[in-house]
Amino acid sequence: MKIPYTTEIREDTGLYNGKVGMWLFLASEVMLFGALFSAYVLLRIGAREGEWPHGLLNIPIGAFNTLVLITSSMTVAMSWTALKMGNFSLYRKLQVVTLACAVLFLGVKAWEYSEKFHHYEIWLNEPLTAQEYPQLAGHSTDLNAPITSIIGHIDDAGSFATLASLQEQGKSTVEIHPDEFHYRLSAREQGQRRKAERAAGGAAATSHAQAGIPIDVSNIARLSAFVPKHSTFFAMYFTLTGLHALHVLGGVLAFAYILWPASKMWRQDPERYTNSIEVTGLFWHFVDLVWIFAFPVLYLL
Amino acid sequence: MASHELGFIRKYIFSVDHKVIGVQYLLTSLAFLFTGFMLMLVMRWQLANPGEPVPVVGGLLESLLGEPASEGKISADLYNSFGAMHGTIMIFMGIVPLVFGAFGNYLVPLQVGANDMAFPKLNMLSYDSYLVGGIIMLISFFIPGGAAQAGWTSYPPLATIIPTDGQTYWLVAMIFLITSSLLGAINVIVTVIQLRAPGLTWMRLPFFVWSQFVTAFLLLLAFPPMEAGAVLQLMDNVAGTSFYMPHGLVISGQPATELSGGGSPLLWQHLFWFLGHPEVYVLILPGLGIVTEVIANNTRKPIWGYRAMVYSVLSIGFLSMVVWAHHMYVTGMGMGISMFFQTTTTIISIPSVIIVTCLMLSLWGGSIRFNVPMLFAVSFLPMFGIGGLTGLPLALSMADLALHDSYYIIGHFHYVVAPGTIFAVFAGVYYWFPKVTGRLMNERLGQVHFWGSLLCMNLIFFPMLAQGFAGMGRRTYDGGQNYAAAHPANEGVIGAVSDTMMQLNDVIAWSALALAAFQLPFIFNFFYSVYAGRRVESDNPWQATTLEWQTPTPPPHGNFTQDIFVYRGPYAYSLNHPGSEASVGTVDELPDFEPQNQPLVAVTT
Repeated sequence: MKIPYTTEIREDTGLYNGKVGMWLFLASEVMLFGALFSAYVLLRIGAREGEWPHGLLNIPIGAFNTLVLITSSMTVAMSWTALKMGNFSLYRKLQVVTLACAVLFLGVKAWEYSEKFHHYEIWLNEPLTAQEYPQLAGHSTDLNAPITSIIGHIDDAGSFATLASLQEQGKSTVEIHPDEFHYRLSAREQGQRRKAERAAGGAAATSHAQAGIPIDVSNIARLSAFVPKHSTFFAMYFTLTGLHALHVLGGVLAFAYILWPASKMWRQDPERYTNSIEVTGLFWHFVDLVWIFAFPVLYLL
Repeated sequence: MASHELGFIRKYIFSVDHKVIGVQYLLTSLAFLFTGFMLMLVMRWQLANPGEPVPVVGGLLESLLGEPASEGKISADLYNSFGAMHGTIMIFMGIVPLVFGAFGNYLVPLQVGANDMAFPKLNMLSYDSYLVGGIIMLISFFIPGGAAQAGWTSYPPLATIIPTDGQTYWLVAMIFLITSSLLGAINVIVTVIQLRAPGLTWMRLPFFVWSQFVTAFLLLLAFPPMEAGAVLQLMDNVAGTSFYMPHGLVISGQPATELSGGGSPLLWQHLFWFLGHPEVYVLILPGLGIVTEVIANNTRKPIWGYRAMVYSVLSIGFLSMVVWAHHMYVTGMGMGISMFFQTTTTIISIPSVIIVTCLMLSLWGGSIRFNVPMLFAVSFLPMFGIGGLTGLPLALSMADLALHDSYYIIGHFHYVVAPGTIFAVFAGVYYWFPKVTGRLMNERLGQVHFWGSLLCMNLIFFPMLAQGFAGMGRRTYDGGQNYAAAHPANEGVIGAVSDTMMQLNDVIAWSALALAAFQLPFIFNFFYSVYAGRRVESDNPWQATTLEWQTPTPPPHGNFTQDIFVYRGPYAYSLNHPGSEASVGTVDELPDFEPQNQPLVAVTT
C-alpha cells in the first residue's frame, strides 16, 4: 500500500506531505518558543528595580556561535541545491561542513556552560563598599555605595558548590575573587568608569587574579554558582539555550542519518532523498532563527 | 493491493494501520475513562460520608496505597490526589485520546477517502507516546507521597512545594501526552489537506472531518505553550529555579531563602489556560462532529445550515485562542483585561449556539429513527445546551467572582463534558460499531444504558449547580462539612451551607453509584457484541452517505477496494427522484439517499 503524495506534489496544494507536516510542526514550535520568549518578557518586566543581571554572558563567544549557526544554515541550503543539480559529492562535502558547524556550536555552548558553573555570586547580610575593597570597583560606580552581592571565583570551590556544601567542608570563611569581566554595570556605565579611571591615571583592572575578599560564612545570606537556580535570568538562559541545544542535537542526528545510513536512497529515489533534505533543512533554518532571537534577547538586552 | 500476512504483534501491537491504532486508542482511553470514573466514585463516597471508611474497595485502597488510605479511610492528601488525577485522567488520558485519537484516527482517513493517515509511523509513535505518558501518570500513584495533589490545573507555588514527586511525574507524563497530541494533530491536518479523494472539495467534507480538522489545529497551536509552562515548572521542581516562585515566599512558616524568587505564579496560569481553554473545545468539537453525522443519518435529512456550521466551527477555533484569561478573573489581573476576555468569551458563545441551533433545526420535519445512537445524539443537544447556558454567568467577570471555584463551575463543565461529550462518544460507539466489527450492538441493552445514564447524569450534576449557588466550594475533602450551617463554628454565620445542600451530597453519591451500574450493560454489550452481536447484512447498515460506509466491513488494510471519486456533499438524504431507480436496480423501495461517491445518475427514458 502506497500513500499518495509522499514524494510527488499534489496539484491543488502544490506540496508533498512531508513539507506540509514540517510547516505544521514548525508552527507548533513557534508557539513553544514563543511561549518561552513571552515568559522571559513577563518575568523581566516583573523583575524588581536593578534585579535583572547584566553582562554575565560572554558576548564575543555568543556572536561567534551565531556566525557558526548562520554558516551552517547557508551550507544546508547550498547542499539542497547541489542535490537538485544532481551533484551528490558536492552535497556530501557541504553537509559535512554543516555537521561540523553544528558540533562546533554545541561544543562552544558546552564550554560556555562549564564556564558559568564555577562562577559564583554571594549575597551578603552586611554590605561592603568599593572604598573598603578596591577590587569591587567593577560592582558599583559610586565608591561609597553599599554592595550587597559580589560576583567572582571562590577558592577551591570548583563547580556547583552551595553554601551547605561549603559548610560541610568545614569552612568558616570563603575567599571570593571579584570578577571584573562579569560586570554588574551596563556597557555604557563600564565605558564611563574606564574613562574616569584613565583620566585619574589608573589602569582599568581586568585581571581574574584579583586579591580575594574573605567573607565570613555567617555574613552570607545566599550563595549560588551561575546555575539555573541562581536567578530567573539564569533560569531562563539555561532553559531556553538548553532546549535550543536539544533541537540542534536533533538536527545533527537527522542530518547525519540522512547523510550516511540513509544515503542509498539517493540511488533508489533521488527525489525523495532531496525532499528529506529540504524538510530537515526547514527545521534547521527554524532552529537557526530561534538562536537569532535568543542571542540578542539573552546576551545583549 | 499486495496482501501479505503480518504476525500478530506487527498487526495489532505495533501496527501502522490507522484503524488498528484507532481501536488501540479507543480501548486504552475507555480503560482510562473507567479509572477516572472509579476515582470519582471514591471521592463522592468520601464527600457524602466524610471520614468514614470506603466500603468494598477500602481494603484494596489501603493495600495498594498504604498509609494515606489507612483503615480504608481517605485522607485529605489522598483526596487531593484523587481530585487532581480524576481531572487529569479524564481530560488528557480519557476524552482527548477518545474523541481525537480513536474517532479521529479511525474515521478521518475513511471519510476523506484516503487509504491511511499521511504518516502511518508517526501515528504509531503518537499512540506509543500516549501510552507511555499514561503509564507514568498511573505509576505516580504508587510512589512515596503519592500522585500530584494540586488539582488538574497544577497551580504553583502550591504544586511545587507539596512534598511529593507526584508533580514531577505529572509534568513528565504531560510532556509525553503533549507529544502524542502533536503528532496526531499534524497527521490529521496533513491527511485532510493532502489525501482528500478526487472530487472531495472542502465544502463536501462531512462536518465530522471539519470538527477534527479544527480540533487538530487547536492541539497543534495551544498545547506547546502549556508544554513550555510544564518545562518551566519541571525546572522549578527539579533544578530549584524560581519561574513561578515569587519573592518573599514563606513555606510552612519558613522563608524560602534557597530560592532566588522573582518568579510569577500568574505566568503559569497564563501558559496553562492558553492550552486549557482551547482544550475545552478539543473536548467538545469532535463530539459535535459525531452528533452531526448521527443526526443527519437518522433524520434522513440534509443537515440544516451546513455552511454556517463550518464557518462557526472555524470561528470557534480562532476565538478559543483569545478567551483563556476568563479562568483568571479572581486573580486580580485588572478590569481592562477582564473586560477584554469577557467580551471575547461572550462572542464565542455565538458560533456555538449557531451549531446547536442548526442541529436542532435539522430535526424539524425529519422522519426520525430513534435507534440508540440517535437517542444519545438527540439528548446531547439539551445537555450541551445546559452546559453552555450555565457558562454564560461565568463569562461575566462580576458574576464569576461569586461563582468561581464553587460547585457551580463543576456542574457547568461536567454538563458540557459528561452528558455532552461522553454522550456523543456513546452515540459514536453505537453508530460505528458495525463498521469496525461487522456486528451490531444490542438495542435493548443500549436503551437501558441510555435512559439510566441520562437520568443519573442529571441527578449528579444538577444538584451541583444548586450547591454552587449556595456557596459550596470545590476541592473541600469533607464535602463542605466545615462550612455547613450545622457545624458548631458556623453558628449564625450568614451564607453557611444549609442542611439541604449538604444532603444533596448523598443524592449525588447514590446517583454516581447508579450511573456506574448503568454502565455495566454497555460494557457487557460492547464485548459481547464483538463476538456474538447480530451480523450486519450489508456494508452500509444505516444507509449512510459518507465514504466510510463504502468500504468492505471491517475495512481492510488500505481501506477502499474501489477507486473513490466524490460527486456530491456529505448529506444527500431525503431524495426521491425517479432517476435513481436506474442506478440501484430492481428494489421495491427507492433509496432515499445517495452515497458521496455514487456516480451521477443519467435519467433513463
